[in-house]
Amino acid sequence: MTTSHYQLKRVDLIFKNENDWKQILSRSLKRDQTDIVNSLISSELKGRGGAGFPTGLKWKLTAEQEADTRYIICNADEGEPGTFKDREILSQVPLKVLTAMAVCGYVIGATEGFIYLRGEYKFLEKPLNNAIKEFENYCNDIGFHFSIKIFMGSGAYICGEETALMESMEGHRGEPRNKPPYPTNNGYLGKPTVVNNVETLVHTYTIFKYGAKKFKDLGVQYSRGTKLFSISGDTPIPGIYELELGMSLQDFVDEFGDGDTKAVQVGGASGFLVPRKRFAETIIGYKGKLTGISLPTGGSMMLFNSSRSMFNVLNNYLDFFQEESCGQCTPCRVGCQQLLKGIHAVKRGEKHASYLKKLIKLSETMEYTAKCGLGQSVANSFSSIVENFWEEMVF
Amino acid sequence: MSEKINLTINGIPLRVDQNTTILEAAEELSIKIPTLCHHKDLCVAGNCRVCVVEEVGVKKLPAACATPVHEGMEILTNSLKVRNSRKNIIELLLSEHNADCTKCYKNGNCELQTLAAEYKIINQEFIHLPDTKCYTIDEFSPSIIKDDSRCIRCQRCVRTCAEIQGVSALTVGYKGDHMKITTFFEKPIADVVCTNCGQCVNHCPTGALIEKNYIEEVWEAIADPKMHVVVQTAPAVRIGLGEELGFEPGSRVTGKMVSALKRLGFDAVLDTDFTADLTILEEGTELLTRLKKVLVDKDPDTHLPLATSCSPGWIKYIEHMYPEYLQNLSTCKSPQQMFGALVKTYYAKERNIDPANIVSVSIMPCTAKKFEANRPEMHDSGYRDVDFVITTRELAIMIKQAGIEFTHLPEEHYDKIMGDSTGAGVIFGATGGVMEAALRTAYEIVTGREVPFENLNITPVRGMDGVREATIKIENPLPDWSFLDGAELNCAIAHGLVNAKDLMDSIKSGKKSYHFVEVMACPGGCLGGGGQPIPTSPEIRQKRMEAIYAEDMDMPLRKSHDNPEVVHLYESFLEKPNSEKAHHLLHTKYVPRQRF
Amino acid sequence: MNSTQSLISELVSQHGKKRTSLLPILQGVVEQEKFLTEFSMIEIAKALDLPASDVYGTASFYSFLEHKKMGQFIIRVCKTITCDMKGKNQILLAIQDMLKINIGETTPDGKFSLLQTNCLGWCHKAPAMLINDEVFTEVTPEKVREIIGTYMKRND
Repeated sequence: MTTSHYQLKRVDLIFKNENDWKQILSRSLKRDQTDIVNSLISSELKGRGGAGFPTGLKWKLTAEQEADTRYIICNADEGEPGTFKDREILSQVPLKVLTAMAVCGYVIGATEGFIYLRGEYKFLEKPLNNAIKEFENYCNDIGFHFSIKIFMGSGAYICGEETALMESMEGHRGEPRNKPPYPTNNGYLGKPTVVNNVETLVHTYTIFKYGAKKFKDLGVQYSRGTKLFSISGDTPIPGIYELELGMSLQDFVDEFGDGDTKAVQVGGASGFLVPRKRFAETIIGYKGKLTGISLPTGGSMMLFNSSRSMFNVLNNYLDFFQEESCGQCTPCRVGCQQLLKGIHAVKRGEKHASYLKKLIKLSETMEYTAKCGLGQSVANSFSSIVENFWEEMVF
Repeated sequence: MSEKINLTINGIPLRVDQNTTILEAAEELSIKIPTLCHHKDLCVAGNCRVCVVEEVGVKKLPAACATPVHEGMEILTNSLKVRNSRKNIIELLLSEHNADCTKCYKNGNCELQTLAAEYKIINQEFIHLPDTKCYTIDEFSPSIIKDDSRCIRCQRCVRTCAEIQGVSALTVGYKGDHMKITTFFEKPIADVVCTNCGQCVNHCPTGALIEKNYIEEVWEAIADPKMHVVVQTAPAVRIGLGEELGFEPGSRVTGKMVSALKRLGFDAVLDTDFTADLTILEEGTELLTRLKKVLVDKDPDTHLPLATSCSPGWIKYIEHMYPEYLQNLSTCKSPQQMFGALVKTYYAKERNIDPANIVSVSIMPCTAKKFEANRPEMHDSGYRDVDFVITTRELAIMIKQAGIEFTHLPEEHYDKIMGDSTGAGVIFGATGGVMEAALRTAYEIVTGREVPFENLNITPVRGMDGVREATIKIENPLPDWSFLDGAELNCAIAHGLVNAKDLMDSIKSGKKSYHFVEVMACPGGCLGGGGQPIPTSPEIRQKRMEAIYAEDMDMPLRKSHDNPEVVHLYESFLEKPNSEKAHHLLHTKYVPRQRF
Repeated sequence: MNSTQSLISELVSQHGKKRTSLLPILQGVVEQEKFLTEFSMIEIAKALDLPASDVYGTASFYSFLEHKKMGQFIIRVCKTITCDMKGKNQILLAIQDMLKINIGETTPDGKFSLLQTNCLGWCHKAPAMLINDEVFTEVTPEKVREIIGTYMKRND
């Protein structure tokens, strides 16, 4: 296998015109529901929020539950540091998202959809509501009963976790629930619920439009299709880029780096930090039997050049997690505080450098035992930064 | 029919019902998995993560309390990965906790301390977080102290306050490192809707919520030769105290308790059961008077149902939540306060002691009693009627401090006067007990005959169902009560304030109409009170209840109006039930409070 | 009925009395009044028949549902990694210098409050900040002085 297989390829599907949404919607509503699910499954589309659950399967599981009511929720609580693509999708092609939600509603038997929009994107509420009005009018015209409401968040990163999101919508503190049960059988108000990331929904639109094959032809095994990348940090060309999955990080850095890239944070603060020496072997995609390391990603790519202190970077992440943990489970609530205070104690010389090893073990415990993805993923950035930049942590 | 699931735990195969949790399945095999946030009285939280176990083939460790079993699951409860993670979590909890155990009231009865000891958390390397936070201790309540530095955020108290009591004085506030257990706008618990029931104290695994103790004050009173220190013991103390002192739940230790109290140095060991009997005469008379006023006189200012007023948690609850129903509360003080008022009047006179030199102490299964004794209304004797209220737990501490080997004590009898009681007095300690005692007396007053139940046991009002109803039909009454001929007396009983809410809402909506209702703030009644031994669970409360009814059966007298000392009290002092003097000393008023 | 009470009753009739309306109602009050008071939370608790503690516990979970006195314009400067790297500290210093307040404080005239916040989702245009709901990106100390200057002149 040659590295050329993992080259960076730019694509333009997501932001390309959405003028055909009425057509896509009417056409989809004429299809058999099972047919739509099957094509989603065969496209191998996985959730673009970061967790990577197969989208078709999620819809299928929800549709199969016996219930009088089901819901589709579009997760627009984009809070992962370094991620800003959903905002752009909702600004530029909102009707694609709404169409996808409606088709999902058709497939699973939901007549109500919600967009959980983070409070930081309040400015999007009005234009999005206008788009919803236009969309609902069309649905009315074609006799399809489906309504969409925006539910505003209020500044809580954890509400991007799907069960915390539903708690929040139900008027509670955004504390993740115990799983199982999963939202597919016990979601919003106890009803079967699909929660999809904004970008995931747009990809389903692509699939409805071009068919599963075209989507699957993009990307590599286990990581099909394209992905929006939010690129920031030390890069001359920060922004949002649609790229095929399965590129090597080296290619990525060659394209977006400033010539002095020391490390890339893949997947935001809850993702991994990859140091320069591992750029070549790192493939951006979902977990699978690829050569080298494949990193699941919500699409955040933050580049750091050699002027950056990785201690400061880690400090910033941990400060973020310490504040944004919901606080209910011990490993996450106390663990985040210990990690943050711990690296400072080492830096100040109050604790021996070997204390970092204890902290890595602690982050592992958090990974195994925390109640939700937030606490479980702190270990990703913590151990990848500490292990790769040990000296910067100590001296 | 529920489906069966096959799994193995530590290699041992078993078959359990669907929806069984890993924790419950392990219990079936007598495999203990440590827990902290889990409590049998409460919904599953799954937040402390101490109960994590390993599922073979899965990277993450599920929480045993919150994870249902599935077919073919292989669980390890003691693998290296489990042990290391669990140890790490306990270490984290200790780092967040003010683990200065020797300075903690709960030293020796703390679930975190026990876990730390089991897992030998000796080298604590994590940074001690309480040092980095500004914790305050809320000591404003006369009943409960809240110390956030000892809180492990298991949320048991919050769930207790919401699920058992429906009060929600406590809540979880903020998130992340600021997350804490708090009240509305972080006010002192004395300033919010708290009923002082102490269920949060009973369910707290650490020393974050404790009763305000008056042990030293009582020792000082005992040591003062000028003072005559009188102690009264509530019905439920005698069936709970043993648990703190080497006995199994459900042990009746009345005689040993009396013996211990005498050895502690109290000048007179008397019984709240005496005033429980007195309460029945006062409240029974009030009930019959109200029935007459409503049914015969059609008095629009008299309200039914009459609601019992023995439980100070319930009183404060209704003052906050249903102030429009305060006229339905019996004006009778609780047995504790009747006792207090009589000790510094009747007792002082009979024993020829200056009431100024009497210290009146009560031993209660309750933390709300501390608040009750502190109410400004409770000075009808001309003094503070009850000076110090201590819980069953505090009494146990005093007995231990005095070096008394409780298990070896002889059985002794209460002193006189105000030490006699009947079985009707003792069942005040169980939910439905006041109702039963009142019916035993009221029925007999009205008909001249005993209640038509075998051995006087009015079983329909007993049990642990949250709300219970009973109807007593009155036939062939005595001439004075002829207006009640054929009447059906509708009664209801609720325990645990969340059930009281259901009851009150059904009355408020007009869905139900009762003549007499009994409400106890705590689950099971006083036997499950907030001042009773920790731990508590449905099973423990069941055993205590059986002990209460056994105590009743063993009493030679079973009806309050047969209590000879009560009879004497009326003859020599109070004249008759609801007399002017009785009203002055034994009855009270209530104050509406804010619901929000 | 005072203005808070009528605002809340309006919000309740708009969103309903179910628990699911709690956040929209809290947000509606914050939108008008900038922060929640004991009074407004009690009114909401009454309207939705919820324990007041529950309203407080829920509100305090969300960073944007302030319950301490806030100014008319709440400045939230993003402090997450990219904005941190691209100079948010200089922005903060410039604002502090201009308004003579520290982070977490409100100007004596009740016009501005200065806060830091977590990732605003504008990392490619860092540093970013919000003034109420309005976004400002790629701000510099000069730009921020200009922006605040315009807000100072505003009389709404």
